[in-house]
Amino acid sequence: MSHTIQDQRPARAPKSVAPSRLTRGGLPRWAPAGIAVVSIALGCGIGAAFGLQSKIQWGLISALLFVTITYVASAVVENRRQAKDRVATSVVWVCFVLAVIPLLSLIWTTVSRGMNALDGDFLSHSMNGITSFEKGGGVYHALLGTIEQVALATAIAAPVGLLTAVYLVEYGRGSLAKAVTFFVDVMTGIPSIVAGLFILTTWNLMLGFGPSGFAGSMALSILMMPVVVRSTEEMLKLVPNELREAALALGVPKWRMILKVVLPTAIGGIATGVTLAVARIAGETAPIMLLVFGTQLINGNPFEGAQSSLPLYIWEQYKVGSEASYDRAWAAALVLIAFVMILNLVARGIARWKAPKTGR
Amino acid sequence: MAKRIDVSGLSAFYGNHKAIDDISMTVEPRSVTAFIGPSGCGKSTFLRTLNRMHEVTPGGRVEGKVLLDDENLYGPGVDPVAVRRTVGMVFQRPNPFPTMSIFDNVAAGLRLNGNFKKSQLSDIVERSLQGANLWNEVKDRLNKPGSGLSGGQQQRLCIARAIAVEPQVLLMDEPCSALDPISTLAIEDLIGELKERFTIVIVTHNMQQAARVSDRTAFFNLAAVGQPGKLVEIDDTDRIFSNPSVQATEDYISGRFG
Ligand SMILES: Nc1ncnc2c1ncn2[C@@H]1O[C@H](COP(=O)(O)OP(=O)(O)OP(=O)(O)O)[C@@H](O)[C@H]1O
Ligand SMILES: [Mg+2]
Repeated sequence: MSHTIQDQRPARAPKSVAPSRLTRGGLPRWAPAGIAVVSIALGCGIGAAFGLQSKIQWGLISALLFVTITYVASAVVENRRQAKDRVATSVVWVCFVLAVIPLLSLIWTTVSRGMNALDGDFLSHSMNGITSFEKGGGVYHALLGTIEQVALATAIAAPVGLLTAVYLVEYGRGSLAKAVTFFVDVMTGIPSIVAGLFILTTWNLMLGFGPSGFAGSMALSILMMPVVVRSTEEMLKLVPNELREAALALGVPKWRMILKVVLPTAIGGIATGVTLAVARIAGETAPIMLLVFGTQLINGNPFEGAQSSLPLYIWEQYKVGSEASYDRAWAAALVLIAFVMILNLVARGIARWKAPKTGR
Repeated sequence: MAKRIDVSGLSAFYGNHKAIDDISMTVEPRSVTAFIGPSGCGKSTFLRTLNRMHEVTPGGRVEGKVLLDDENLYGPGVDPVAVRRTVGMVFQRPNPFPTMSIFDNVAAGLRLNGNFKKSQLSDIVERSLQGANLWNEVKDRLNKPGSGLSGGQQQRLCIARAIAVEPQVLLMDEPCSALDPISTLAIEDLIGELKERFTIVIVTHNMQQAARVSDRTAFFNLAAVGQPGKLVEIDDTDRIFSNPSVQATEDYISGRFG
């Protein structure tokens, strides 16, 4: 019956004179990309014309042009507010590019130079019987050392750090908690060489043990612990208090509530934090030099005798200064980056797998 | 099963701030008691003293006595964990455990307390979900996460979780404040059924709800902001809503308050 209802309102006279206040002229969607291309071209043109040597100068000129052209174009076509918005966006883009360029160039250099020596042999052989100047040899002993030392350090630092964080978030009140927080902060700032010297004086000099992977692990765990405490603390604080109260109201003892409700809810973030801490210590060289000593041979036992590790191996090879050893250093650097990357991916996998589930 | 609650001279503090002052009342077994009163007058605080959840808040402290069938909850040597198993609680906002499935959420109380027989678990879960009027909606997806349910379903899931441990008393703090009228009705019906088995105390800002579900109603008020809240009167719901003995109650109920 809707057709019987008629619009009783008088037909409005079309107001073609005053444009609507809600629409406005706008730059086309491809404008930022277009401006970027133009300003890069201009930047290169200016750089070439004035004979500027450094490509960095070319890039900076382009970036400056990009921001200025964006502002002018937007201010002319659109309005001032839009122009400011676009300038902010383009500054963010420029910063992003500036941050990414060193990263990409680092990865590119490592990959391109590391591929020279990287092959199956490199991964499965040690430097046993190879003089530093000849080709061949490998990184197996160093990779093995890194994996064992990092694993041992994690085995020490992760439980201690985790429990400390649980104490701080769930139990800690008053002066003891404040003191623990303070010392964790202090530990965060300990230089790695100092951690190494500490273990050297106590474990090696006072107790009389020789160099070993385990001694290095202890120094690494000192570096790792505060990072684990901090990240775990943040993750535990993110767990809503309502969940704790819900568990307590069911008559669950506090320790079971922490174990079964709080930790599972935060486990994804905790895993990520621990992995980042692992990544941080995997590249440490100073305490390894002091405590693990370095060797060209395969030593699978981290508790007895000198071992090697990837950062130490890179340093040794680079120091030799021959063509072959440079190649080996870069290849080892590539292996180290890949090792850390794989750890990161694993942590992300765990985080995604363990994250609180949503959906039906 | 259900137990009588006898409160005498109860005050609760947050640090040095006194939130409720000298409250005494009796809650009969197998009845529904509603708490009403303006915001900040200490209804939630008082409710949480009834299962010793108040002391979970840092600085939370209680003076006075709460007798549960002649046993003082605040007596020496009383284990708060045991108290909370006897006096269950449903919160204002639905808070299912996000890492657990629907089934695990309902089973959580039993599992985490560690006192159950495996064979009985699925029976108890089914019975609790039926008790919370949720079984038909979730029986095909018991293994899906509880956070995938609607708000009203989540709240009923929390009720199922609370009744699965077979408490004697069930405390509900504004259980319907985040829910639509239909879910609210479902939960009110549920309260009517649950009172056959439990002693129920419910906090609500909804006068009609208090009138609909409760047998007795307690009105709380506070003299001024920053002052501790007090119990003004507690009486049969009919009387409170028709002919209260204190003027302030009538003012509050008829909306002439403040
Ligand atoms: N965690 C806390 N720490 C300190 N003071 C608190 C805390 N929770 C509540 N209070 C104080 O205790 C008093 C009573 O609060 P309570 O939450 O019990 O009020 P309520 O009656 O439940 O209010 P509403 O109806 O808004 O839920 C208020 O003055 C409040 O400021
Ligand atoms: Mg409240």
